[in-house]
Amino acid sequence: MQHLLSAVDLTAPEAITLLDTAEEMARLTDRAIKKLPTLRGRTVVNLFFEDSTRTRTSFELAAKRLSADVINFSAKGSSLSKGESLKDTALTLEAMGADAIVVRHSASGAAHRLAHAGWVSARVVNAGDGTHEHPTQALLDAFTMRRHLGELAGRRVVIVGDVLHSRVARSNVHLLDLLGAEVTLVGPPTLMPVGVECWPCRVSYEVDAELPKADAVTMLRVQAERMRASYFPSTREYARRYGLDAHRLGLLPEHAIVLHPGPMNRGMEITAEVADSDRAVIVEQVGNGVLVRMAVLYLLLGGTGATGDQR
Amino acid sequence: MPHAASGEQHPRVLMSAADISRALTRIGFQILERNKGGKDIVLMGIPRRGVPLARRLASQIAQVEGDIPVGSLDPTMYRDDLRLRPARPLEQTSVPADGIDDRVVVLVDDVLFSGRTVRAALTALDDLGRPRGVQLAVLVDRGHRELPIRPDYVGKNVPTSRDESVQVQLCETDGVDQVVLAREEP
Repeated sequence: MQHLLSAVDLTAPEAITLLDTAEEMARLTDRAIKKLPTLRGRTVVNLFFEDSTRTRTSFELAAKRLSADVINFSAKGSSLSKGESLKDTALTLEAMGADAIVVRHSASGAAHRLAHAGWVSARVVNAGDGTHEHPTQALLDAFTMRRHLGELAGRRVVIVGDVLHSRVARSNVHLLDLLGAEVTLVGPPTLMPVGVECWPCRVSYEVDAELPKADAVTMLRVQAERMRASYFPSTREYARRYGLDAHRLGLLPEHAIVLHPGPMNRGMEITAEVADSDRAVIVEQVGNGVLVRMAVLYLLLGGTGATGDQR
Repeated sequence: MPHAASGEQHPRVLMSAADISRALTRIGFQILERNKGGKDIVLMGIPRRGVPLARRLASQIAQVEGDIPVGSLDPTMYRDDLRLRPARPLEQTSVPADGIDDRVVVLVDDVLFSGRTVRAALTALDDLGRPRGVQLAVLVDRGHRELPIRPDYVGKNVPTSRDESVQVQLCETDGVDQVVLAREEP
């Protein structure tokens, strides 16, 4: 594995190695001294063209737990806000000797461009590119599901909401399919992307019909900031038809868990009651995010600088 | 060891199942003798084959002195040669419930070679707690040390050349108990 750009690029053994490594990271950090010396002397740059608290902090903590040096570049308060191009920023980071670049950008494909344009020799991790992919989120979701449900082969996962604007949904569908789970996307027809019928999943428009057989349900955030048209009549109607409330929680099997990639719109896609219930593993997802990102950084930076891969 | 007589021939069986069993029995008694009993001893196996060896030593000791805690310690994250090889998957690290503080930790590994794995394990122990003492038990010491590290308990000393490899095979991991000396594949 040279870069982590999308869940589509992963092979099943690579995905399993990542998840197993994250499991070991949990054991290694579940103690008084949480820091490991593994990436001492390596530099990880967080290059965030879009706002993010949780993902950036998560990557920062993951890198620091592995003793890497971390530099944060965010759009606000840097040359990025002065209109510097991705290329010039990349060349600057290359000159500073970055070993890994964690990039979030509003344009789909930005991470791929950064990795393959020949601007940088660093490993690139996609932390969200436009509405395309967010592979580490998919990994942490799969990791969280695996911890609660065991192996994911044959498990049913329902993903509800704004699939159109969600990079999380796309990454999740591909990764979960790779791990053998059956995925069903649910949402209003206006929020389903073109070509969704080619994704390795089912599509449904009725939440209540899908919940009784789900092992896990992921509620997607309604991404109002990306919406330039009205995709549904009103917030209340969306909440009533697709939101997860106590009644719908009751439709789920006893063992099923509720996930949300955050940040949540309480009262929109999920009610406060459900978000705070013991079925919701949303806070746990945040902690698992650090473990998964440690695994990604370790597997990308822990070995030779050459193109050699894992055994 | 019927095959051992053939001298330079490779691969050559250095230890049979019975040899391994006898060596572990002796090491078990030596650990007890040196530490005046099994009190405060924690066995920590180094993955992969050190872990089953540590378990066998523990059951050996249990027959004489009662149960002693066994754990595993993967020192990969503490190695100094990480950058020289592709990233490797991590093995399990598990510390016994009572921890290692003020205990005598006996590290158990299959082969002692450069000593770098043991150095990494010693660094890893620093982050787990502060043992009263650390000792080292290995099934085979093949020489060629690169660091000032020596074992406290050795199953068998085997003079080797650098282009040979010593492979410890155990029932738990390989389906058979034996130690083989082979030419390193180019």
